[in-house]
Amino acid sequence: MLRAALALLRRDLLLARRRAGESLLVVAFLALATTLFPLGVGASPDLLGRIGAGVVWVLALLAVLLGLERLFQPDLEDGSLEQLLLSPAPLELLVLARCLAHWLATGLLVTLASPLLGLLLALPGEALLALPLVLLLGTPTLTLVGAIGAALLVGSGRGAMLAALLVLPLEIPVLIFGLAATEALAAGLDATGTLLLLGALLLAALAFAPLAIAAALRLALE
Amino acid sequence: MLEAEGLACRRGGRLVFEAVSFALEPGDALLLLGPNGSGKTSLLRLLAGLARPAAGIVRWQGRDIRAERAEHALRLHLVGFADGLKSLLAVVENLALQAALLGEPEARVEAALEAFDLADRAGDPVRALSSGQRRRLALARLLAVPRPLWLLDEPGVALDRANRIRLEAAIERHRAAGGLAVVASHGDVALRDPFVLELGERAPC
Repeated sequence: MLRAALALLRRDLLLARRRAGESLLVVAFLALATTLFPLGVGASPDLLGRIGAGVVWVLALLAVLLGLERLFQPDLEDGSLEQLLLSPAPLELLVLARCLAHWLATGLLVTLASPLLGLLLALPGEALLALPLVLLLGTPTLTLVGAIGAALLVGSGRGAMLAALLVLPLEIPVLIFGLAATEALAAGLDATGTLLLLGALLLAALAFAPLAIAAALRLALE
Repeated sequence: MLEAEGLACRRGGRLVFEAVSFALEPGDALLLLGPNGSGKTSLLRLLAGLARPAAGIVRWQGRDIRAERAEHALRLHLVGFADGLKSLLAVVENLALQAALLGEPEARVEAALEAFDLADRAGDPVRALSSGQRRRLALARLLAVPRPLWLLDEPGVALDRANRIRLEAAIERHRAAGGLAVVASHGDVALRDPFVLELGERAPC
């Protein structure tokens, strides 16, 4: 059971490594989008310091949404999705492995790049430390919830934009609490409550998203 | 062993076929014939338990396959048009990971590649293969992971003569060992006295 899921994880990571360019493109997109803000709203460190953390969070969300199309669509087209359904391992476990692989190639990258992005926005040192910590807790939830949308729309030919629209309202709590925690940590305040809430969202997503994703995929291939 | 009773399939509101019944015992082969759109692929997906029949039931040793999906998955191979191969991975990587996904990490990967004459391409990426070679790699799964029920959708497409003979030999060996095969084909794969099921174009209503 677990071995099949690990095999899928290994394959996905192998594929991600062979296509490392795509993951780097995500980082390049983030860096470029970040530099647009000082150009657009003015380079005053005071203003950037106030909006900086929010900008990084919104960009992280966008990066996750942009990657949704690669989550199940290629597998549907080449027939591997059918093989996942015919694997003796529970589909829920397999989609969890797939989401993990996808998060490692997008969410984790965003998390690792976030201090750099913060630096571009002249965030203070405390915020640069807080950003990756809170993103580490928040981005897996973004990926899991996004995957529900991707699974619901797989094969419908509507693509990632509609999936993004569909899941965006569900992603907003993560954005709000994530940003609140980041700013509290950056200001040296106690953020335990919001961090616990983020953790609770992650646990809930871990528990329910695989069920929803698996059901959606079964329906799509019925 | 494998029984279908009164199967009907509906796709997009159109009745593709109905009242399809058959029973196969170990060693039997069923050849599905019929024009494009007559439901050969749909029938194979029903037998794999991927889709729900509009009517009727599929049984394996008397038990409904839809009631035991995980067990049924352990009994069958479905090789269709979409081969599930990742073009960035090497031939041997593709087969080994597919086998692991099928729950058989100790699969006989090398022997399976040998049997379909792919041993010397084992390290090449799949994107460098011709369509016939891709087909053979998809079929190699049958030999890498032993399963009693083979569901093959046009397995002879893109194969040259020598490899079609290899495939036919593999199917006959599988049957001789007590396996079942259901093969959808336009007649390019020769089976030794198979049952034949003709899925016809229905008169428009």
